[in-house]
Amino acid sequence: MDMNDYLSMFIDESNDHLQSLNENLLKLESAPEDISIVQIIFRSAHTLKGMSATMGFEDLASLTHEMENVLDLVRNNKLKMDNFIFDTLFKGLDALESMVQDIIGGGTGKADVTAIVSNLQVIVKGDHKKDQAASGTAGGSDTAAGGALLDQFQSSILLQSIAAGLAVYHIVVTVREDCVLKAARAYMVFDFLEHSGEIVKSVPSVQEIEQEKFDRSFTVFTIASISEAELRKGIESVSEIEGATITQLDRETLEQLAGSDAVQAAPTASASVTSAQAEVGTARAQTAATAAPAAAPAAQTSGGAVSRTIRVDIERLDALMNLFSELLIDRVRLEQLASEVRRNDLTETVEHMSRVSSDLQNIVLKLRMVPVESVFNRFPRMIRDLAKTLDKKVDLIITGADTELDRTVIDEIGDPLVHLLRNSLDHGIEPVADRIAAGKPETGNVHLRAFHSGNHVFIEVEEDGRGINREKVKQIAIKNGIVTVDEAKRLTDAESNMLIFAAGFSTADKISDISGRGVGLDVVKSKITSLGGNVSVESEQGKGTKFSIQLPLTLSIISAMLVKLGTEKYAIPLSSIVETGIVPREQIRKIHGNRMIDYRGSVIPLISLAQVLDSTSFREEEEQETEIVVIRKGEKIGAITVDEFIGQSEIVLKSLGKYLTNIEAISGATILGDGQVALIIDPNALIK
Amino acid sequence: MSEEIKVIVFGLANEEYGVEVDKVRTIERMMPITRVPKTPAFIKGVINLRGVVLPVIDLRGRFGLPETEETESSRVIIVAVNDLEVGFIVDAANDVIDIDEKSIDTPPEVVGGIKAKYLRGVAKIGDNRLLIMLNLSEVLNKSEIIQLEQVEA
Repeated sequence: MDMNDYLSMFIDESNDHLQSLNENLLKLESAPEDISIVQIIFRSAHTLKGMSATMGFEDLASLTHEMENVLDLVRNNKLKMDNFIFDTLFKGLDALESMVQDIIGGGTGKADVTAIVSNLQVIVKGDHKKDQAASGTAGGSDTAAGGALLDQFQSSILLQSIAAGLAVYHIVVTVREDCVLKAARAYMVFDFLEHSGEIVKSVPSVQEIEQEKFDRSFTVFTIASISEAELRKGIESVSEIEGATITQLDRETLEQLAGSDAVQAAPTASASVTSAQAEVGTARAQTAATAAPAAAPAAQTSGGAVSRTIRVDIERLDALMNLFSELLIDRVRLEQLASEVRRNDLTETVEHMSRVSSDLQNIVLKLRMVPVESVFNRFPRMIRDLAKTLDKKVDLIITGADTELDRTVIDEIGDPLVHLLRNSLDHGIEPVADRIAAGKPETGNVHLRAFHSGNHVFIEVEEDGRGINREKVKQIAIKNGIVTVDEAKRLTDAESNMLIFAAGFSTADKISDISGRGVGLDVVKSKITSLGGNVSVESEQGKGTKFSIQLPLTLSIISAMLVKLGTEKYAIPLSSIVETGIVPREQIRKIHGNRMIDYRGSVIPLISLAQVLDSTSFREEEEQETEIVVIRKGEKIGAITVDEFIGQSEIVLKSLGKYLTNIEAISGATILGDGQVALIIDPNALIK
Repeated sequence: MSEEIKVIVFGLANEEYGVEVDKVRTIERMMPITRVPKTPAFIKGVINLRGVVLPVIDLRGRFGLPETEETESSRVIIVAVNDLEVGFIVDAANDVIDIDEKSIDTPPEVVGGIKAKYLRGVAKIGDNRLLIMLNLSEVLNKSEIIQLEQVEA
């Protein structure tokens, strides 16, 4: 196993842990008192930290380490979760996610997370009893909380300096309120301090101070060669400086400032300074060590059934599928041979093999099925953030997350759902005040459901918001030239709802001002259609809206009608076929040179498949009666003429490869029972 | 030090051509080909190679040589270049030889009517045997196909 094998394992597992962290943090947010959730979060973070460190992703490891510190306090009841902590932890998760993404993209997972880290450290400091005491000794200013923390390295330098008899100072410099050039003044202070000693650490960082990213004061740890009075004089001689609080640190105060954490995590660093610290360090390390194994078995029992799944590369499944379709072809040949040879034992064996292989087929197909959970589970977090930005109260209720869909569909369905959910929150759910005014509970509900029905999977996004204002939608549609005034009058409610999916509807600038929906819904619709699915919308004004997506179970296997054009065979997806029939020659009329037929009261165009495909082996003109396949593209209907029907069949979709792309009217290929390749017609390209 | 490379030798219109063995996936006998409409004439269609659908190109047609009927010795050489996998129909394929990298000379302007850019060079083997080495990525260049399609349209 080389590093790459580990890397993919690492990526998979980190994604799992990040997902679980996200989920559990959300859970915790709704039940902040539940320490058992904190335990789970802590364990996930801990594992993630260990994995990242092993793989050499130091930034990942150190950020998780800081998060772990906060969680550790929470689970030991030393810290209560609050909004600030949640936000910081979520920010930390986002940063971790982007780091992992970077690693997936071949990067090193490095990122600038100093802001998050310092926030996390503030949390650890700010609520810790000892540190409150420490900040008291450090001058009692409120900046101490923001500026106190030192990392292990820095604190060990300071400790060693103190041990060596040097003077270590903690200085809080405050600039005057009317100071014009804060950064310049700060620079002058730094300049002075650098000349009179060594700056070990400043809070905020030097860079941030240079960019004026500080309020009125900043904190510096320095090892100075001059006295406190001289320091004060030097600093205060810089103009527009209000004053400096200077505290000389001894070992005890420094230890308190550095916090228990640094000592715990770096027993070696502290051991080199004093034996007393070393004792504390090891004692803490021991408790940590005993806590970890105790937690591990608990995870297994509380986590329910031990995982009974394995990860398989999707490419291997594709390879299995390919081999299997080969087997199916051989089966057909064997069946033919057996029927020719007419030997009983051979026929029996072949029949048995047929049964086994059809069972096998079912299993192979099921292997590709994935629960929609993998898509759904990123939504709670998204809804939480979105509701916060929009300042609305929203509950997301997910049902049927275990509904299974083919992997290929799963990969594609995420984006359209994001669109719909965003839409529901943005345009559907009203702001709290409006909801109360409308006599609704202030928290809106968004239901996300998935369920099987027949050969399809339905995914619904339903919300109890304000509903679609059909009149406004119509007005905009008229204004944008999507429908005429007359057409708009004749539209049914359902049809006017569908207007929000029209292309161009979303491009109008004023859409966002009104209750009409339409942020990129045309994109949603075209995506779903390209997946062989369907999207519809139901809405009642004032009560809410429901989007319903209908999807085929799988994209890799579809039902199709096989047809013949002379010697060539083609497949037409059943999903776009309305019906099949036969038309006598005399019923074909010509309008403007185009062939048309009368179909159930309306005149529809007749498209010659042979002509579209430049068929060489089929002469349509000689036919007295023509077989037709009536196909539908949205509202439009057309009939295509073929030579002969073969019948309906389940076909395995295959791509034509990268060399042949964008071939007109062909959407792919399939392999027939006899091993021949048949092309799949794209009916959407035939109806213009 | 000379660099030896293994080369698959195939025949096409009375010439001998070579492609590096590591670019060749397999060599197959002729098999049923399904025509793909709206493609240049030299794209013969697609085949089913053990469950994978692959396009097949008539190399004679690709090089603008007159096409001939397939024979017993006709073969489909499946090559993989970058992420493209394509089958070439050739007159015969029956040899694998080692050649010295250094023995490959830049191609003369015209070899058997084939444009020089399709060729990597000409290798001399033995006393009077010439092997034309193909520049596969140029042979499979898709932008040229698009141009061809536009000309035909």
